[in-house]
Amino acid sequence: MVKVEFLGPIGKAPVEMEAETLADVAEKLKEDGTVKEWLPKCAVALNDTMVSDLNTPLKDGDRISVLPPVCGG
Amino acid sequence: MELYRGPLDVKEIFGRWLDEEAASNYGAYIPFVGTIRAEDDIEALSFDIYEPVLRAWFDAWQERAKERGAVVKMAHAIGDVPVHTSSYVSAVFSPKRRVALELIEEFVEDFKANAPIWKYDVKNGERIYAEDRSTPMDGSGLLA
Repeated sequence: MVKVEFLGPIGKAPVEMEAETLADVAEKLKEDGTVKEWLPKCAVALNDTMVSDLNTPLKDGDRISVLPPVCGG
Repeated sequence: MELYRGPLDVKEIFGRWLDEEAASNYGAYIPFVGTIRAEDDIEALSFDIYEPVLRAWFDAWQERAKERGAVVKMAHAIGDVPVHTSSYVSAVFSPKRRVALELIEEFVEDFKANAPIWKYDVKNGERIYAEDRSTPMDGSGLLA
């Protein structure tokens, strides 16, 4: 199982799912209408490191963070 | 990197940073202060921060600054920050002014684009995500 957490204004509780790659996570998140709307503008971190490859393999206990558009300062 | 609950004590932070580098032989110290402006009837801005990714982002910037003989520092507020107070300060120290002038611009601009911080307007005690002023981080859309 991996855990997916939604940061900042997305306002959704974390979810756990079975996934072998980030592509699997993408497929499952698209089933949630509210989350699906956020995905085109969200970046992704795996265990707190930013990632850019959907083929990134996942292992049990991994934590995926979904980061919506930012505005610090 | 320093994070505070509520508005920043700008004078204390800048004074302390100046003291920290007093004997470091830097010829230039360029501070930046971000202050909350009164506009659109807001009472305050409010901030969420994802600290692990922010620290990684800042550490990468420290390395970039070090390669140019410089040091970057920053402090940011978490939670509500009333108008006319400060939510963000940063600074660059470098041996000569040119590097510091260039770095402060690059650092502050990348901060706006890629630091994992979310801003909300506070009106009538309610937090409203500042979506129209926010920027998707590098690599956004991966899961779409």
